[in-house]
Amino acid sequence: MRDTLLEVENLKKVYESSTGDVEAIGDISFTMKRGELVCIVGPSGCGKTTLLKCISGLLTPTAGRVELDGVAVKSPPPNMALVFQEYGRSLYPWLTVRGNVELPLKHKVKSKEERQKLVEDALLAVGLDHAAGSYPWQLSGGMQQRVAIARAVAYQPEVLIMDEPFAAVDAQTRADLEDLVRSLHRERGMSLLFVTHDIDESVYLGERVIVLSKSPTWVQEDLAIDLPDERDQITTRAMPRFTELRTHVYEQIQRAKRGEAVRPGA
Amino acid sequence: MTSMETRTIAVLRRPRSRSRSILSSIWFALGFPFFLLVLWGVWATISPQKFFPSPITIFQAFIKTWIGPAFVDDVLPSLLRLAVGIVLSIVVGIVAGTVIGLVRWLRDLLEPVLEFFRAVPPPVLVPILMLIFGPGDATRVIVIVAGAVWPVLLNTIEGVRSTDSVMTETARSYALTRWERLRFLVLPAASPRIMTGVRQSLSVALILMVISEMFNNSSGLGYRITYFQTNYLIPEMWSGILLLGLVGVLLATIFGIVERRVLAWYHGIKEVERA
Repeated sequence: MRDTLLEVENLKKVYESSTGDVEAIGDISFTMKRGELVCIVGPSGCGKTTLLKCISGLLTPTAGRVELDGVAVKSPPPNMALVFQEYGRSLYPWLTVRGNVELPLKHKVKSKEERQKLVEDALLAVGLDHAAGSYPWQLSGGMQQRVAIARAVAYQPEVLIMDEPFAAVDAQTRADLEDLVRSLHRERGMSLLFVTHDIDESVYLGERVIVLSKSPTWVQEDLAIDLPDERDQITTRAMPRFTELRTHVYEQIQRAKRGEAVRPGA
Repeated sequence: MTSMETRTIAVLRRPRSRSRSILSSIWFALGFPFFLLVLWGVWATISPQKFFPSPITIFQAFIKTWIGPAFVDDVLPSLLRLAVGIVLSIVVGIVAGTVIGLVRWLRDLLEPVLEFFRAVPPPVLVPILMLIFGPGDATRVIVIVAGAVWPVLLNTIEGVRSTDSVMTETARSYALTRWERLRFLVLPAASPRIMTGVRQSLSVALILMVISEMFNNSSGLGYRITYFQTNYLIPEMWSGILLLGLVGVLLATIFGIVERRVLAWYHGIKEVERA
């Protein structure tokens, strides 16, 4: 088995428009190992969502290469799952929670019993086994995002990509969901690529934090987070090392915003 | 916002007493028509008019005219043509609307033409269609479809076209098959619009059913009413109009039941948003 799961090389995305081309992503390269939890942060408007869409095959990059498990990504690959920020628009309101989680499995897992088992297991993993028969709109925002995560978990992807998934939920719910992501990573060994604009969140969750520059984007820093694997909201966030790391990332983001960092070779 | 996580499932509000609310809604639904009937009866008694007979006269004419062979000879064929016309309009409208809504160039090509055809009042086409297809059952059904298909078709196009972009991206990222996308995303997402179209189609279909029978025909509800009109059988004519009204009410009731089932999720969201 290959050690490298995801490889992004010299990715570039230019949006063409009648008023002039906009270079959203300049040149992004990074790799991600199997079983890693990598966070991507950057100043707002730095093309995080564009990057994710290119990685997930929803957008075709202008130049560069994305490889998942050694296979070039041209369209959404079957071994990748996506969790969007807009949970309300990502879940289908005419399907129940179970129906939503089961839908992507319909053509992937032929046996109905096996599908059922995957759905039950995924709902249990996110703590929603009691709400399988409800409709998404009957649930709170945080629970809806849990449904979206369960859908991704049941899909059994090699890598789970999350695009600012907790930006629209309140702070307490957010902390719970962060711990859910940590436990999915720790207990199920899931590989996660987590995009956020929240610096604390990136340091708390990640084993690595990739700091992006402002647009046209490149990787300004690839930082290893040397916090213990066992993390919790109170003690981890109170560690001096946590504070150091978040301060460091914060300064990097500030530099990125001011455009002080210079792109190597540019 | 602190209660977000503790509020597990939103409970839909229910009336305190179900039986009482049903009784009072029946009273509200029937009370006013009853009042109008009484008013009409009193007025017809005080000042009898040839063209506005009393409701009792009309009721007697209703029983005499429609209960018996006329039901089988006129009412049933009409209702059958109406039903076939409505079903065809819905099926053709949804199928064609989905295809046009999904294929961009087809939409750009057809939309101006479709808008034109919708703008043409369908009754003016009746004599032409009669000429082309001859005076048969099929022609009458075609007349109904020719008018009733447009609301379903145009609403389906609009509904299919406006599928939410995040929902579409979700479907793409999970590599849903074409059929799955249609069945679980495109059609359900368009269903509120489609049902709006169907509702409009029903009334158009009823009107066209009557009109299609007014031209060289020898049976049907519309034919009978015109016959009574031209022969000064005024109570009978009114009883036919009454029957048409009842058919309309029946259609609306069936539609309501189907709509509540199909759009249960849609009404659920609306209720949660209001709460």
